[in-house]
Amino acid sequence: MKAMDQVTITFASRSANEGFARSAAACFAAQLDPTLDEVADIKTAVSEAVTNAIVHAYPDCLGKISMRLRLYDGGVLEIQVKDSGVGIPDVDQARTPLFTTGGEERSGMGFTIMESFMDGLRVRSQPGKGTAVTMRKRIARRSGASK
Amino acid sequence: MPITVSSRDSVLTVVLSGEIDHHGAREMMSQLTDAIAERLPAKLVLDMSGVTFMDSSGIAVLLRARRQMEHTGGTLRVTAIPAQARRVLDAAGIGRLISLD
Ligand SMILES: Nc1ncnc2c1ncn2[C@@H]1O[C@H](COP(=O)(O)OP(=O)(O)O)[C@@H](O)[C@H]1O
Ligand SMILES: [Mg+2]
Repeated sequence: MKAMDQVTITFASRSANEGFARSAAACFAAQLDPTLDEVADIKTAVSEAVTNAIVHAYPDCLGKISMRLRLYDGGVLEIQVKDSGVGIPDVDQARTPLFTTGGEERSGMGFTIMESFMDGLRVRSQPGKGTAVTMRKRIARRSGASK
Repeated sequence: MPITVSSRDSVLTVVLSGEIDHHGAREMMSQLTDAIAERLPAKLVLDMSGVTFMDSSGIAVLLRARRQMEHTGGTLRVTAIPAQARRVLDAAGIGRLISLD
């Protein structure tokens, strides 16, 4: 499937960039004329993926994070958040609700939220190399929506 | 200032505001922890009316407040939850652990 539009943004793993990443994804999605709820879902899922790259991938250094936004035919939005950090040794375990290697500041619900707010979630990771989280969401075309 | 505190009798009301992501949660969590420790209320009300965005970092803030209240035998109630924060709390099943209005 060929992407109809694509934007890639690269930023440092600073927590101040969480808000930037959310807004950038919401702006890109705007061309699909999403509902307010859909925009909120996209922002929330992006926030979870980017926070994980900031907090877990680069625990004690600054690293690079890239977010690739793609639009496919039929109103499908794809968001990939990629880091070159520590990686995840056991992805199935990491995706289990409440599982966290973080402290009291984390809840272990990030992947669960990404899953429930998006229509698909794929996590590819290699310890020592990094992690790529790819999420998809279909934005329903509303009647009267412009093309 | 991400929190505004007012107390009356043994009820501590804290209004949370702004974006509660990993970036904002740290400051909020420490202010909230201090406010509870200072007053040791029998009841804590967290008013979320000023929250413009919340992700799972906010869940950690609420769970931390709950734990702190449990230690002193107090209760916690979360009120005025905006729609986006409500969806996050529902997706995580937090209603089973904390009373949400
Ligand atoms: N990009 C990443 N790099 C390394 N580890 C990760 C990454 N994303 C997630 N993880 C691991 O998966 C766990 C679960 O993630 P999540 O569900 O978001 O919960 P939380 O962030 O609250 O710990 C994390 O605690 C961490 O161990
Ligand atoms: Mg997380």
